[in-house]
Amino acid sequence: MVTPEITNQNKSDALKEGSVVIEMKHVRKSFGKNYVLRDINLVIHKGESVVILGKSGTGKSVLIKCIVGLNDIDDGTLIILGQDISELKRDARNELRKKIGFLFQSGALYDSMTVRGNLEFPLKRQAKRPSQTEMDHLIQEALSQVGLSAAENQTPSELSGGMRKRLGLARTLILKPEIMLYDEPTTGLDPITSKEISKLILKVQKNYDTTSIIITHDIECARLTANRIIVIQHGACAAEGSYTELLNSKNAWVRSFFE
Amino acid sequence: MEKRISNKSQEIQNLNKKDVESPNHADANKKDKIVERRQTAREADKPDTTLDKFFIEVALVTLFTLRFFKEVFRPRFEVNETLKQSFLMGYASLPLVAITGFIIGLVLTIQTRPTLAGLGAESWLPAMVAVSIIREIGPVITALIFAGKVGSGIGAELASMNVTQQIDAMKVSGTNPFKFLVVTRILAATLMLPLLVIFADMVGLLGSFVGCNLEGNVSTQLFFVQIIESLDFEDLVPAVIKTFFFGFAVGLVGCYKGYNSDKGTEGVGQAANSAVVFASLMVFVIDMIAVQITSMLQS
Repeated sequence: MVTPEITNQNKSDALKEGSVVIEMKHVRKSFGKNYVLRDINLVIHKGESVVILGKSGTGKSVLIKCIVGLNDIDDGTLIILGQDISELKRDARNELRKKIGFLFQSGALYDSMTVRGNLEFPLKRQAKRPSQTEMDHLIQEALSQVGLSAAENQTPSELSGGMRKRLGLARTLILKPEIMLYDEPTTGLDPITSKEISKLILKVQKNYDTTSIIITHDIECARLTANRIIVIQHGACAAEGSYTELLNSKNAWVRSFFE
Repeated sequence: MEKRISNKSQEIQNLNKKDVESPNHADANKKDKIVERRQTAREADKPDTTLDKFFIEVALVTLFTLRFFKEVFRPRFEVNETLKQSFLMGYASLPLVAITGFIIGLVLTIQTRPTLAGLGAESWLPAMVAVSIIREIGPVITALIFAGKVGSGIGAELASMNVTQQIDAMKVSGTNPFKFLVVTRILAATLMLPLLVIFADMVGLLGSFVGCNLEGNVSTQLFFVQIIESLDFEDLVPAVIKTFFFGFAVGLVGCYKGYNSDKGTEGVGQAANSAVVFASLMVFVIDMIAVQITSMLQS
């Protein structure tokens, strides 16, 4: 069996020539006196699966919230799919957001709606609303991708933690995003379910041809999903490389993540 | 004061300028110092008195209101969600409003009878109760009940959605949460409260009729003829018009408190609580203004 890190490393090398999907230059973000992102510089290419590691409170979640537009950056340049977000007006930003999927740590499911309602909601708000037949097809496709076909009429409160994550992922996938952002996708799950979610991330990556950024503390998830890992410290990129490279890093602090 | 603010703004601008002109962007430590100085300058401009906070809150509510008027006329129009909210706020409130309206009509009649009987004006009882209910008591009491039931519900629901990141989830899916959550609820509250008040008035008059017949014998025809003769256009129209403003205030306050809540689950309770308190206060303030305007127009 080929280990994932070897496969992913090869894939990463092949992608270096690919188009740049996300580019951050000297990005800074603060909340009051607390400056979370100090100087973030990174480039992510199409098809890559990048895992961002770091201690709690180092700005990992803020980083992906800046990418999706939930937080505005204070300084620097953020270019997504060739568009500088600081130059985009609200409607253009909304259109760009539709190309970015975001899996929230909590799932952020609409409690008042059924599983089907959660999936219909983003579809019904498309500028070009799909027909009922198209919607049914898309919903079935998304549910089968995440293995929730039998739960269509259940409410989120009836689902387990793993199923809620899957539903959150299905709701994101239904808009066929080009970029997928995962905010701690395996947090709060048992090791078996965590592994299932990690495999699901890889499956989505392959089937939907997405570029992924995964925030996680789960090293096993990082090992399975990453073809590049970026370690963040004090709001800046401290180390970068494949799983194997960082595992054998000369920097003891970086190695400590993998022990 | 102006000079102080001007100096601080200049300081922030100077810091921004220095930051942009910095030759070495990679020097994170240097930038940290710049950001720290900039933050210090901003902190100095932060409100430190209750009066400052009050005016800032007023400004934020005003901006929220202006955003509502901007969004309400822009497509896409969330008709289905508005109808759903109208149903939940209007139809679902009918039993509560009916019981309250009936009791008010009944109690008001029973309490007023001895006074009027002492003056030998017992026959005026239906007319007096009708004018009281339709002009003042019906709209205000119904609006207060509406604030308690609907205002707190909106505040808690939106605050809970905020805490569980459901509002963020709408944003990232390209949906405008302000339009879907706020505009629809304010519209529904504005349209439903007048209908509820009309319903409460009618049930209140029915309660008054029952009250009149507890110690007397008044025919239905006589009771309602007296009421219709005692009421005119100037009683009905201002009373109905002000209820639109009551409904708008209840919806707006509930949405503002819920949509802008923070502090996690604690914020949910605070949003619900403050939505009721401020919406009730707004009802009295609007009522006072409406009475003054009506009096001016009638004189």
